[in-house]
Amino acid sequence: MKTLAMDAAGKLISSSYELDLYRPNIEDYLPSGSSINEPHGELRLRDLLDISPTLTEAAGAIVDDSFTRCFKSIPPEFWNWNIYLFPLWCFGVLVRYLILFPARVLILTIGWIIFLSSFIPVHLLLKGHDTLRRKLERLLVELICCFFVASWTGVVNYHGPRPSIRPKQVYVANHTSMIDFIVLQQMTAFAVIMQKHPGWVGLLQSTILESVGCIWFNRTEAKDREIVARKLRDRVQGADNNPLLIFPEGTCVNNHYTVMFKKGAFELGCMVCPIAIKYNKIFADAFWNSRKQSFTMHLLQLMTSWAVVCDVWYLEPQTLKPGETAIEFAERLYASALII
Amino acid sequence: MGNTSSMLTQYDIEEVQEHCKHAYRNGGGFILTDEFLTVPEFAVNPLSQRLLRMLNSLNFKEFVAFLSAFSPRVPLQQKIEFIFKLYDSDNNGKVTFHDMLDVLRDLTGQFISEQQREQVLTRVLEEAGYTKDSMLVLSDFVKILGSSSDLKMEVEVPVD
Repeated sequence: MKTLAMDAAGKLISSSYELDLYRPNIEDYLPSGSSINEPHGELRLRDLLDISPTLTEAAGAIVDDSFTRCFKSIPPEFWNWNIYLFPLWCFGVLVRYLILFPARVLILTIGWIIFLSSFIPVHLLLKGHDTLRRKLERLLVELICCFFVASWTGVVNYHGPRPSIRPKQVYVANHTSMIDFIVLQQMTAFAVIMQKHPGWVGLLQSTILESVGCIWFNRTEAKDREIVARKLRDRVQGADNNPLLIFPEGTCVNNHYTVMFKKGAFELGCMVCPIAIKYNKIFADAFWNSRKQSFTMHLLQLMTSWAVVCDVWYLEPQTLKPGETAIEFAERLYASALII
Repeated sequence: MGNTSSMLTQYDIEEVQEHCKHAYRNGGGFILTDEFLTVPEFAVNPLSQRLLRMLNSLNFKEFVAFLSAFSPRVPLQQKIEFIFKLYDSDNNGKVTFHDMLDVLRDLTGQFISEQQREQVLTRVLEEAGYTKDSMLVLSDFVKILGSSSDLKMEVEVPVD
């Protein structure tokens, strides 16, 4: 279904919405005084009554969800049910829980102490010196992320050119778990757009992550979308903001398939730099089923695994080709991400 | 999930029903529509409330029949019927100007004013040969929507 929007001057412009495929020429049907930028065709009764894209999306959401509930995440195969491997596995459990886990908790605690004791003074004392404060906060956030990654014995291999701070660019990455963000943040400070979570994660989000310029949204608020879209647009125009990172799948996927990217990230009119993150499942299952586990449980699970091994590929930046729609652009990037 | 589409056979339906019995947390075999609202993509869809009304207290077999409108193997007529039923909120077999305005409001509510909506709808209706007071029936919908074959309303059932 096409939607019409009012821009700041009160002129009617057509804006894209979900599976919006073409824009009608509303101009002919409204009294004088309104105009639109790109007339494409004529609006007929047929176009107004055809709500099939919206319905398809809704039905798709239901079907997808039904089948996710019934055919759940791929369970690990049991490799330790025999007389030789089972004792070894038990020994491994002991090592993981009694040796590695306390060591990691210790590392993490030290990290937090250092972080908080530097962050709070910097945040409060340098209120006047914004650029310096932001630089320091950025470094500190990168630091705490390093500590986090160390606490899971994370082994991350980075491939490709590192992200840099430039206006009019946006990063997109596939999303397996909240830790994606931490893994990427360790290398460069990003501003992310995330779902606002409850609990201590939400607290973290609103205090510390605010300083790197993250944007929050609430999925269940339909109006929220517009506000967030506007914030995104403003953010990419700014030159010295942290590069913006978007997870276009909209939800955590179990890292076996990339779900079709939602097109919002591709409509901002800037260069899109894809990042592919692939976790090695042998060491730890990084998939976070946010409906089943809270983030705390997820972190604890990671901290009692052997290691988190992943590869991060920074792929070549792409721009919207002339004549391409946002959806086609998304499809093109989706295809290139699949190759990884 | 893989992406091979398939039309559910009777055997599949029964198997899936077995699997899903526990997944939908209900004792009476009825789909609880509140569960759908926990799916974020569904909750933000502007037509979600209307769909929920249609889905209210369906049992599993009826639910599958409901979804069958989205199968690629189902004729266009059935899909148009689905759309008609969505518009016809009072189920009297007729879609009035107000019915159409309601759906349009759901979809465009925050973007244009009520007055503009009415204007657009009136003009478009008149151009198609109807008036503001016409009441459209299913055959009208078939005529309007069925004329071009690019009405795409298909959902792929993920089969692993």
